[in-house]
Amino acid sequence: MHELAIAESLLEIIVDESNRHGLKRINKVKLQIGEFAAVVPDSLMFCFEMVSRDTAAAGVVIEIESVGVTARCDKCDLSFDVENKIFLCPRCGEAALELLSGRELTVMSIEGETGEE
Amino acid sequence: MEIKVPVVRNILQANERLAAENRKRFDEAGIFVVNLMSSPGAGKTSLLEKTIDELRGRIGIAVIEGDLQSSYDAERIQKKGVQAVQINTDGGCHLDGNMIQIALDSLDLSSVDLLIIENVGNLVCPAEFNLGEHEKIMILSVAEGDDKPLKYPLMFQICSVLLVNKIDLLPYTDCDVSKIRERVRQLNAKGKIFEISCRTGDGFAPWLSWIEEKVAEHGGGTAGQAGRGLRRQQSK
Repeated sequence: MHELAIAESLLEIIVDESNRHGLKRINKVKLQIGEFAAVVPDSLMFCFEMVSRDTAAAGVVIEIESVGVTARCDKCDLSFDVENKIFLCPRCGEAALELLSGRELTVMSIEGETGEE
Repeated sequence: MEIKVPVVRNILQANERLAAENRKRFDEAGIFVVNLMSSPGAGKTSLLEKTIDELRGRIGIAVIEGDLQSSYDAERIQKKGVQAVQINTDGGCHLDGNMIQIALDSLDLSSVDLLIIENVGNLVCPAEFNLGEHEKIMILSVAEGDDKPLKYPLMFQICSVLLVNKIDLLPYTDCDVSKIRERVRQLNAKGKIFEISCRTGDGFAPWLSWIEEKVAEHGGGTAGQAGRGLRRQQSK
């Protein structure tokens, strides 16, 4: 249920960016969400619908791009896709890894109308 | 006119900013801070009680307690003679950087070497919210089962220490600790695993040594008094 807190932060960012760029109407927001982020997209959409009601972002289309989990072995430097949540290097078996992607919770772009011709 | 605005902003950036401010405050004061997480009932408060009993006199400890309701846990800790402040989230499933910032104002940090933040009992949501801590630590009690690393991988992946608690109950459960170790190794092989019982005190020595080493690294505890005093003077 922390999706509610995340939806509130998302709304703040959308309102802030829309004001800054003079958007009168917001049509679409693109997000990236990592597969390893503890966020359920459906739940986030549901919460966003609630918190954005009666705001300029009401009814906005949210498009979510899922980002796969990748890691780097800090022993042999191999970057690889993490499958089945096994964070072990497929080349050397080393477990010392750096997470490269998979925890994203990012607003990528906002589309809307400026009200100008 | 329809336009597309490129943004690229982390949705949790507001929390990350507050967490960074908290972290700065901890570092200036030379305090080692852990974010303690687990399911409800795994033994977070019992771990604190036992750890306080063992480290009292050597390390200055303070506790921030996070719960949905009640000040029961903070009262348990205060009985041990250490500072404790209770945060009630009123239904909120995790602590965040702002709650910690507010709680810090009711603690006297001058004699504190170790601050333990007991998060809301939950294996999901607290994993996404940094509080400014130096280390994330979790407890899994054997009664919860050895399948938990498969079901809540993020929590197990981000914690630098896993305490497997209630090992005195192993004869009464089907939990296989070697399976926990193997499953956690695949997620987070750098993480340390300590098997403990808060009830009997079994297995506490390695956990206590780990805490003491970390506190000393951050300039606290008996060994670090001189260094810490100096740092505090400099930061004034």
